[in-house]
Amino acid sequence: MDYGLLVKRLLPEVIMIVTALVVLAADLSLWRRFPARWRRTVAAFTTSMGCLMSCAVLSGELEIGVFYKGMWVFDPQIGLLKEVLVGLIAATVWIHRETSFTRHVGEFVLLTVLGGVGAMILVSTESLLLAFVALELLSLSLYVMTAFAKSELASVEAGIKYFLFGSVSAACLLYGISLLYGITGETNIAAMSATLAGKAGDPLVFLALVLVSVGLGFKVAVAPFHLWAPDTYEGAPTPAAAFVASASKVASFFFLAKISLLGWKTVSGSGGWHAFAPGWSPIWCVMAAASVVFGNIAALAQTRLKRLLACSAIAHAGYMVTGLLANTPGGERALVYYVVTYAVASVGAFAVVAVVEKAHGSDHMEAFNGLGRRDPYLAICLGVFLLSFAGIPPLAGFFGKFYLFVAALGTPDSPLSLLWLVVLSAAMSCVALYYYVLVLKRVFVLKPQGKPVEIEVRWMTRAVLGICSLSILLLGLFPQSLFDRLVPR
Amino acid sequence: MLVWTLYICFIGGLIQWLLPSEDPRPSRIAALLTAFAALVFALGGSLQSAPIHPSGFVELARGTWIPQLGIRYYLAVDGISLTLIVLTGLAGVAGVLFSWNVKERVSHFFGLYFLLLAGCFGVFLSFDLFLLFAFYELAILPKYFLIAMWGSKNRDYASMKLALYSFLGSAMVLVGVVAAHEVSGGHSFDLVELARFPYSAEFQNWAFPLVFVGFAILAGLWPFHTWAPMGHSAAPTAASMLLAGVVMKLGAYGALRVAITLFPLGAMAWRDTIGALGVAGIVYGAVVALTQRDFKFVIGYSSISHMGFVVLGLASLTTVGFSGAVLQMFSHGIIGGLLFAVVGRMVYDRTHTRDLDALARLDLSRVWPFAAGTFVLAGLASMGMPGFSGFVAELKVLIGAWQVFPTFAVLAGVGILVGVVYTLRVIQRAFFAVATGETTPDAESIRSLTVGSEVSTISVPERLGAVLLLGATVVIGLQPKLLLDWIIPALQSPLFDGVRKAGGLQ
Repeated sequence: MDYGLLVKRLLPEVIMIVTALVVLAADLSLWRRFPARWRRTVAAFTTSMGCLMSCAVLSGELEIGVFYKGMWVFDPQIGLLKEVLVGLIAATVWIHRETSFTRHVGEFVLLTVLGGVGAMILVSTESLLLAFVALELLSLSLYVMTAFAKSELASVEAGIKYFLFGSVSAACLLYGISLLYGITGETNIAAMSATLAGKAGDPLVFLALVLVSVGLGFKVAVAPFHLWAPDTYEGAPTPAAAFVASASKVASFFFLAKISLLGWKTVSGSGGWHAFAPGWSPIWCVMAAASVVFGNIAALAQTRLKRLLACSAIAHAGYMVTGLLANTPGGERALVYYVVTYAVASVGAFAVVAVVEKAHGSDHMEAFNGLGRRDPYLAICLGVFLLSFAGIPPLAGFFGKFYLFVAALGTPDSPLSLLWLVVLSAAMSCVALYYYVLVLKRVFVLKPQGKPVEIEVRWMTRAVLGICSLSILLLGLFPQSLFDRLVPR
Repeated sequence: MLVWTLYICFIGGLIQWLLPSEDPRPSRIAALLTAFAALVFALGGSLQSAPIHPSGFVELARGTWIPQLGIRYYLAVDGISLTLIVLTGLAGVAGVLFSWNVKERVSHFFGLYFLLLAGCFGVFLSFDLFLLFAFYELAILPKYFLIAMWGSKNRDYASMKLALYSFLGSAMVLVGVVAAHEVSGGHSFDLVELARFPYSAEFQNWAFPLVFVGFAILAGLWPFHTWAPMGHSAAPTAASMLLAGVVMKLGAYGALRVAITLFPLGAMAWRDTIGALGVAGIVYGAVVALTQRDFKFVIGYSSISHMGFVVLGLASLTTVGFSGAVLQMFSHGIIGGLLFAVVGRMVYDRTHTRDLDALARLDLSRVWPFAAGTFVLAGLASMGMPGFSGFVAELKVLIGAWQVFPTFAVLAGVGILVGVVYTLRVIQRAFFAVATGETTPDAESIRSLTVGSEVSTISVPERLGAVLLLGATVVIGLQPKLLLDWIIPALQSPLFDGVRKAGGLQ
């Protein structure tokens, strides 16, 4: 094996890891005596440099193809996703700069980047073994990041909840993977489908599908495996929550799409109305419907923005699964488009939350009253993100939802069989509009309560917010620009 | 030239956001110029496109947008959309003239106003179903914020109700649109191509009511109308003028342009039900308007009644009925807008009450004879007096309805009678009641607040706006051919081939 070649193929990931190690080492030695505020800034700059270099490599001449028996895969679509992930890492580090929950800057940055690298490996592999390792790298980093505000009870509680749920679901996933290996004798996703053909009714196969679905369902937070999400989002330090909501979602959903559409191609089954057939589709149909209903209704009752975003994240996961259920390349494209734009909007929304939280000490809804008068720029960015979630044109969320529905109804052999799910999702999106508009009413219509609190936003955070909201707008107006790059091999 | 109405509104809206929000003057002038430019382009463009279009419709712009889904940036007009574009232009100018007294965050007000206007122009100009739907949804949020920020009594509730009803309607439309796209093969969203596709009767039977009702919720279809009186009353004057004048027409237009042309068999199957809902709206709206104490609610319910005629005309599926319905959209847009202008701007903004009993004590006909005169004329037009546009429109709808369902036509006639009663009642109560009763101290205090102060006279912008709208309704009332020459050829275009094949448009 040529290790030089290996490093060359993994160069973006290698750059990220080296960057993280440099930041950690510098933070533990050279920067030790400087104030934490300064260290956060320098760490964010250094990490961004690494991210830029990694992006430059990604957009350059990386070899396209399948390597090491499917252990490593690279194509333009994966390249795009990795660029997005690297961008999300950078955004998370900049959000971290706006907070002050820890003095251990280097460690937090290291965990963020390691989690991000886990996500990057996850999108780039077709081997179940490597995927599991990558998923664990991502998850373990996230557990620690969630519990990173050691002195706060909520953060520790969130971390423990996340970890307990996560470890059980990881066990399910691993068991499912081992069953799949036992049935097919393969760890390679692409090679699996041929052996699985015709075995959709086999109880053992079905058990394996269910177990893997449980494990991945937890990662993407669909009901009924969503219980960790509201508490984790609320208790976790805001940058950690932003990372859970964005990078982790992108990678997990892409892997989910890959294993379902590639590996389980022959055991898809159907969850269509009056067209039930066993396979992974009915399982995910039920989960999608449950998430859309539960997430949207639970969000109605929330009084804190982070919890609201968590509940709406469950609902959005439901919408995205709708695209997966289409079981077509169009469905995959719709899913990827949605998850990417959703992640960008999420990171932006959490950045706004971080800033407001810093000024007010909490993310209670009242803190957002009159934000439009206090800081119009911040308010307009938040407006863009929330309206994109709600699916208002011309923002990306609108086209994303539209495309998901188009894909779900356009299943080639039996069109309109998923109509029931689409109708349910469309109906629940009205509920979603209600709670998003309630937040926007606070932001734009109501006056600030009591003495208005001064909100201080650093220019780099403004830049991150500007980039996020501008890309939501532009991707909504010209979705074509993203599709051109979503070409699988 | 017509496409510039759309771009001008977007540019005008953007410019507003750049202007200072404290000083109202530049915003107002910029707004008036924008609205006026849009009107000029709408009229000029209509005259330019009108002569060529006996063939059906005129293409204005076409470009690829999202080829994977067959979505194009495709703008075109036919006679129906021309009528409504002119209406939007007129209502846009009038709305600005009647918002001259907005003082708070004026530039934001007009920014949202033009976003809403752009959405309306966009819907009328789109011949690509996706584009049409996007503009349709784009119009929802500005309405919400206009009411929630600058509205009056009950604005929180009313604005949210309006937003949710609109969004529910558009969610229904979305499902129908996507299903129609997929069933037809998923190649195109082009309205002309989709109208040509023979959808199965079974599919049309559920898709038609879904899309039709989804659009018609915004047209105030009974029993989904409750957002309308509520929203109209809580909205600031310009917003209620646009809501009643143009936004309700978006719904009716969508119902005709999308639901009926795409699913003619479904329309045939459901025509009785839709017709019944239309008549129910006419009669119910009129009767409820009769019993209201709130001046704006009277006008709000009268809108439901008048929009019922549009629904009835559409349900008749006859050439006369359709042309009547489109004419009624135009006519109600003008008259409804004018009525709301008198109530909201001339009366409510000055007296701060809409209670008819309180107004009755104020002797308003002597305080503001212009307002009283305008309202009387607008009321006559609204009753369907010959010489005003409402007469021709409602007559045509009744003729169309008579050919298909005579019972409904008779019931609608009863609705017109009740319309006369509530209009006269409200004219009398609001403007001419004092002569008989004695003035109470309460009324004295209101009068002292208004009479003699700077708001006591009706301002020039208001007069201009009133004359503009009254002029439009009289011109069309005397010379309906001006619009019918646009509308009737449009009904002969290939878009309506399906309806003809299904047995409609006789």
